[in-house]
Amino acid sequence: MRNLLTALAASTMLTGMAHAAEIYPLDRATILARSPFDFKVELDAVHGEADVAVLVNGKPYAEVFGKPAEFVAEEKDGEGKVLGSALILRDLALAEPGQYVVEVKAGDETKSVTWDVYTTPEVAKAKNIIFIVGDGLSVAHRTAARIMSKGMTEGKADGRLAMDDLDHMAFIGTSSTHSIATDSANTMSAYMTGHKSRVNALGVYADRTAPSQDDPKVETVAEALRRTTKKSIGIVTTAEVEDATPAAVVSHTRKRGDKADIVGMMYNVQPDVVLGGGSAYFLKSDVPGSKRKDDKDYIQLFTDAGYSLATTKAELTAASGTNTGKILGLFHTGNMDTWLDRHELKKGTVDKFPDQPDLVDMTTVALDQLSKNPDGFFLMVEGASVDKMSHPMDWDRAVVETIELDHVVAVAREFAAKNPDTLIVVTGDHTHGVSLIGTIDDEKPGDEMREKVGVYDDAGFPNYTDADKDGYPDKIDVTRRLAIFSSNFPDYYETWRPKLDGPFAPSIQDADGKYVANEAYKDVPGAVLRTGNLPKENDTAVHAVDDVVLQATGPGAEEFKGYMEQSDVYKVLADVFALGTAQK
Amino acid sequence: MIKANLTRRTCLAGLSLGVSLVALRPAFAAAPDLTFDELYSSFSALGLQFSDKVKTLTGQEISIRGFMAPPLKAEAAFFVLTEIPMALCPFCSTDADWPDNILVVYLDGKQTFTQPNQRIEARGMLERGSWTDPETGFVSQLRLRGARFAAV
Repeated sequence: MRNLLTALAASTMLTGMAHAAEIYPLDRATILARSPFDFKVELDAVHGEADVAVLVNGKPYAEVFGKPAEFVAEEKDGEGKVLGSALILRDLALAEPGQYVVEVKAGDETKSVTWDVYTTPEVAKAKNIIFIVGDGLSVAHRTAARIMSKGMTEGKADGRLAMDDLDHMAFIGTSSTHSIATDSANTMSAYMTGHKSRVNALGVYADRTAPSQDDPKVETVAEALRRTTKKSIGIVTTAEVEDATPAAVVSHTRKRGDKADIVGMMYNVQPDVVLGGGSAYFLKSDVPGSKRKDDKDYIQLFTDAGYSLATTKAELTAASGTNTGKILGLFHTGNMDTWLDRHELKKGTVDKFPDQPDLVDMTTVALDQLSKNPDGFFLMVEGASVDKMSHPMDWDRAVVETIELDHVVAVAREFAAKNPDTLIVVTGDHTHGVSLIGTIDDEKPGDEMREKVGVYDDAGFPNYTDADKDGYPDKIDVTRRLAIFSSNFPDYYETWRPKLDGPFAPSIQDADGKYVANEAYKDVPGAVLRTGNLPKENDTAVHAVDDVVLQATGPGAEEFKGYMEQSDVYKVLADVFALGTAQK
Repeated sequence: MIKANLTRRTCLAGLSLGVSLVALRPAFAAAPDLTFDELYSSFSALGLQFSDKVKTLTGQEISIRGFMAPPLKAEAAFFVLTEIPMALCPFCSTDADWPDNILVVYLDGKQTFTQPNQRIEARGMLERGSWTDPETGFVSQLRLRGARFAAV
């Protein structure tokens, strides 16, 4: 026991020392050769500039980095409290691959990190990459989508999802730099930059100062493509195009909520095709529906930059026939509605935005447009509402969104069949604590809904039908349906039924900022109050730390295998496109 | 129509009268009603169009029912009225955002936050046009000024 306490004390001291100074990029960072990034040293105390020594592979850092850093004598937090001295060197790029050991010494503060600067083959393996993200896509979503869409007989699936036949796969670790848990900002940012970061951060390491856009930047895939290639870039999502996942393709901010600024970042990169929701952040502040606080009119700015504009499915079809080469499609002021609402239930905001395209429509238009470029393209497609419906535990909508995502995979595979120099990646950015455990059978006797849950042998098979063979269930409220539950939840009323009147809103906030069950569901026959197992600050079910399953096919797909950190996925993309070599 | 043309002063007098009558009959029964469904005549990604009813009632005393979103800070001069209770908190979370159809309500005097799940009726002068709250930077297009509210 005594030994244990001594060991604990020692480890506590070590932890304290480790916090003395911080270096960005962090230890074990992997950095694409020649890609620009910001170098920052945060010291815990105030030092004189001459007292701060930084060595890189044993040499004074300015010799290796080619220029000196800016010295900040006193960095302060939001309240003006002094945090210590700092060194910042922006837009550094390292041409020479290899190990870089960075050692900082200032008074009694020391810190050392090692970076791996990697390059790529000189010749690209593929011309195109289609990177498909099911936001929050977990194993249960796939299994449920397969059973709901294809059916099952005597334990064998009656059909296969398009994603079932991608021939390479890896388990992906999604944890963030400050926590095992994670969100769509830092996870997608790791895919799109090769650097892990902190929750809510995009394209930056999260530093200690308050401003959200001064943090040390790393290069995004879109910037790398613009720097090294003449390829086209496409972003397609059912979320707001400035939401975290699509934003990660182009953005640098500590705070994913900087949506008005993210639109500006997207404008600066000018992806050739941008399709999704979120027009509210493109509109001047005096336009009803705008969420900007300034008079910047990004609709006008994009149009002036040569983009064809589409705001409905009909306009998207028209825009796809134009020769501008660039399309901005914004089909909703906020997030687009789910497939189930758009096609069957007509709830959500479908009455207000009745002509929204499907994710499949948007992907098809994007592929048509981007594939006109003889140099190839990078297309990111996000099925956003797999996540947006999993948070409120609206499993029926989340599973149907997964089916729609799978139809996108089918479109991508058709494209790759004709264009075999295309790598397809299908993955989630993080997972949810969701499991499919059996069925719910309304025909079972009694009023207690929990007694209608069938488990083990008693679950049997659900009775969804698909008479029109479109891959979607003809109706969602069948009498024997999938039983899906979350491992974590706020207080809410469990109804064991699909939410036919609009997406589920399980809990709402009280005056103290605590979430309580939404009583709108209290009187649904059989509804039961479940007391949450999460802190009461949580509005909905949360992301899981569980690994993501990534699948891929096409040239370079063999690099995906075993367990990989999310940041390592970027290295595969860089390899496949040979981003270590300038190609223009 | 007579009620709708009340000046602010007579309105305040009416309100104080109304408060004393709360126990006897539902508050605010007489002001022209506006519902969330009636705020906009058209929706497009290029912007929303206010309905003719909103245009007609601008500058007049109206009442509208909805739910109070948790305030940005307890002493804030305004709160956000939503059609359905907010399941996310845009003031607290960087990944949550407001729905399109919200109404900002500037209170006439201090009133305490209602319990969640509690539908309220707010009454005040309808104001239209872009306005940035000087304290919080919150931008709104449609507001109630000099408002009071009560549970319904």
